[in-house]
Amino acid sequence: MKFLSVILQRLFYAAALLLAVIVFNFILLSLVPGDIADTLAGESGGASAEVMAEIRRSYGLDRPFYVQLGTYVAKVVQGDLGKSYYFNEPVINLILERVGPTLLLVVTALVMAILIGTLFGVIASKKPNGLFSHFVTVLALVGFSAPVFWTAFLLIVLFVAMLEIMPLSGLADPTTPRDTFAWYLDVAHHLILPVLSLSSIYLAQYSRLARASMMDILGSDFIRTARAKGLGDTAITYKHALRNAVIPVITIAGLQFSHIFSGAVVIETVFTWPGLGTLAFESILRGDTPTIMGILFFSAMIVVIVNLLTDLAYRIVDPRIRSARNA
Amino acid sequence: MRKLFTALTCAALSVAVASTAVAEPKRGGTLTFSYRLMAGHFNPAIASGTPTGIPGTQLFAALLRFDDKWNPHPYLAESWNISDDGLTVTVKLRDNAHFHDGHDITSEDVKFSIETYKAQHPFKPMYAPVESIDTPDKLTTVFHLSKPHPAILLAFSSQLGVVIPKHIYGEGDIRKNPRNSQDVVGSGPFKLKEHKPGEYMILERNDDYFMPGLPYVDRIVYKKIVETTSQTIALEKGDVDMTAFAVDPQLLNRLKKNPDLTLTPNGYSAIGPLEWLAFNTKNKPFDDKKVRQAFAYAIDKNFIINVLYGGYAQRSLGPIHPGSVFAPKDVNPYTLDLEKAKSLLDEAGYKPGADGVRIHTTLDYIPGGAAWKRKAEYVKAQLKKIGVDVTIKTSSDFRAWIKTVANHNFDMTLDSVFNWGDPVIGVHRTYQASNIRAGVPWHNTQQYVNPEVDKIMDEAGQELDQEKRKVLYQQMQKIVVDDAPIAYLHTSPYHTIYNNKRIGNPPVNSIWGVCAPWDEVYIK
Repeated sequence: MKFLSVILQRLFYAAALLLAVIVFNFILLSLVPGDIADTLAGESGGASAEVMAEIRRSYGLDRPFYVQLGTYVAKVVQGDLGKSYYFNEPVINLILERVGPTLLLVVTALVMAILIGTLFGVIASKKPNGLFSHFVTVLALVGFSAPVFWTAFLLIVLFVAMLEIMPLSGLADPTTPRDTFAWYLDVAHHLILPVLSLSSIYLAQYSRLARASMMDILGSDFIRTARAKGLGDTAITYKHALRNAVIPVITIAGLQFSHIFSGAVVIETVFTWPGLGTLAFESILRGDTPTIMGILFFSAMIVVIVNLLTDLAYRIVDPRIRSARNA
Repeated sequence: MRKLFTALTCAALSVAVASTAVAEPKRGGTLTFSYRLMAGHFNPAIASGTPTGIPGTQLFAALLRFDDKWNPHPYLAESWNISDDGLTVTVKLRDNAHFHDGHDITSEDVKFSIETYKAQHPFKPMYAPVESIDTPDKLTTVFHLSKPHPAILLAFSSQLGVVIPKHIYGEGDIRKNPRNSQDVVGSGPFKLKEHKPGEYMILERNDDYFMPGLPYVDRIVYKKIVETTSQTIALEKGDVDMTAFAVDPQLLNRLKKNPDLTLTPNGYSAIGPLEWLAFNTKNKPFDDKKVRQAFAYAIDKNFIINVLYGGYAQRSLGPIHPGSVFAPKDVNPYTLDLEKAKSLLDEAGYKPGADGVRIHTTLDYIPGGAAWKRKAEYVKAQLKKIGVDVTIKTSSDFRAWIKTVANHNFDMTLDSVFNWGDPVIGVHRTYQASNIRAGVPWHNTQQYVNPEVDKIMDEAGQELDQEKRKVLYQQMQKIVVDDAPIAYLHTSPYHTIYNNKRIGNPPVNSIWGVCAPWDEVYIK
């Protein structure tokens, strides 16, 4: 019962938060100079005043600000994110079309980074002054400091231009028939370089985090007790220590998941990966208000959901949180 | 050793293949084109701009097409005639043309298209003199004009005036018609097969195309590649066969060395892209012609062209692009002359102060490209030599810059303006006193007023005798260049790059270049 009311409370906060996101973003966007009529006139290489007025009328931009905001909120509440000014397509379709590629890219990169990073960190922590540990430290330093587009270009030069074993850009070759086995393989092939580039930062963070966390845990009393009990090294490392050491990893992973849309923009641009990041970025430049609002709303929703899930993950990993909150 | 042998065999084979390759166009193949921009829709009747025009002219046919000498040729129109008084234009359609969905193309579609252009297209002057349109029979369209309008033939071509089907686009708000971007129905050489917004589109050969035997290519893949480096690698690897509007001198220099790739500045004369330094003639000190002239003298155009643009741009001397038949000939070129610039400023009463500075002013430039910033910095440095202190301003994005300039909130700005074929469409707008309209991009943003220039433009805009028209535009340009509301610098360094091992008949041999039908292009 307690648990249920906590969930309900969370949901209420989430709804209020989403409403605030809509209102504040709408206000911010209205402060930006220029609108879609300016964008279209700019792309057309000129325009007449009449046509610009017609575009503004057609999209309802000639109405007072509060009317536009009110109309938008009313529509969103009914589950309608509107139509993109630029693409003339329902925003929800544009988002759904692109959320897949972004999630594929970011989740793959994140999972790879967490698994390999944590593994590296754990191995390194066992011999803190060993060769591997130093290797991980240097790798982390380089991975974290190198700008992600630079890493991406190095990978492109090596694998695309010199070795010619990787495709350059896009989700798949447009001429491959969609949703066939060959297409999935093609997507996987196209995914490798963007994932490598994107995971380079995360990998660095997770390996450092896991290493530090493990060293901390390995020095604590209960590990000594476990050793005194005569437990084997592997059991201690992977069963007792690791379980505790991953708590900060989960925290960071949850936080990072909220940043993914921004973090992936650069990679998406370099590899022409058809994701949400580039759509958001380009829509901002175009003044395509419905699309930007839709993406912001959508990503805010994802953040809210992920925060809820992170919270649940804590409870599963650490029984103390579970009992403390339920008490 | 064996490896070497294999390599040699391969080389020998490829030489053999190359030498037996026929020079004649042949059917088939996929052409991959990439561009950094991709439009939201491909309906040229409601938008101008090259991202709409490149695919738009493949999907939709126009009444006329133009060669590289500015001569009109039949396209959807079989014949056309302008009456002696210039007030009636009669166009006869060919009788074998169909839209992609099988419907016949009739004079009703022509009427509907031009009426749509008149109401919805950004360029008002194209069809402004069209008062009414008659359709006496299925294939004949008669345009009644309020005044003679020589620009109308160019307005009937390529991306300026395609024919759109009334039965598809005739209902409701055409801007919101979903078939501007999906299931597009035109009558051009290619049909839209697939379109992923902002990502790629696939065009397929229109087997029912009205030009016999054309097009040659089976499929066109149009990919958006934003990043210059990615674009370069794609061309070098052969992933992409062709790109257009390439400007980056570093990219051009690198690709020029590749024997498989051909770079050409041809095919941009109708678009007529010019880059210049504009003055707000209502702001001090630019209300004084001598100051504007002094600034024009202080800038070394050759330095900009050869050093900043690697020699890829071309000098432009006045309002009309050097590729046009109306290009300026006998105008002041404002060859670099710092002493003359200083004495003009002296004459205008702007003497150096104690710190050596005569004038403090500001300079805007188009954000988003390194080239613009470099040019702004050069102008600042050069003007410093004649005692002008320039503060460079930036805008957060392209839209913000448009807004700033369109609302006259600038002293000087670097700008890029296209001629769009006929001077009536893309040149008059910059100089007409009647076209000072705040909030509208690329109007007479300089707020330049000269009644004599207005008079000549009015006359030239209605003159059907091409030779007389040429004389009028020479007169007009001589005055404008002397008045110097703008310091003319150079053409945009646009280049089309194509893989010469793969592409035959690249679409570069007409005034519209890639913004014209690619029906004669073939894959070798």
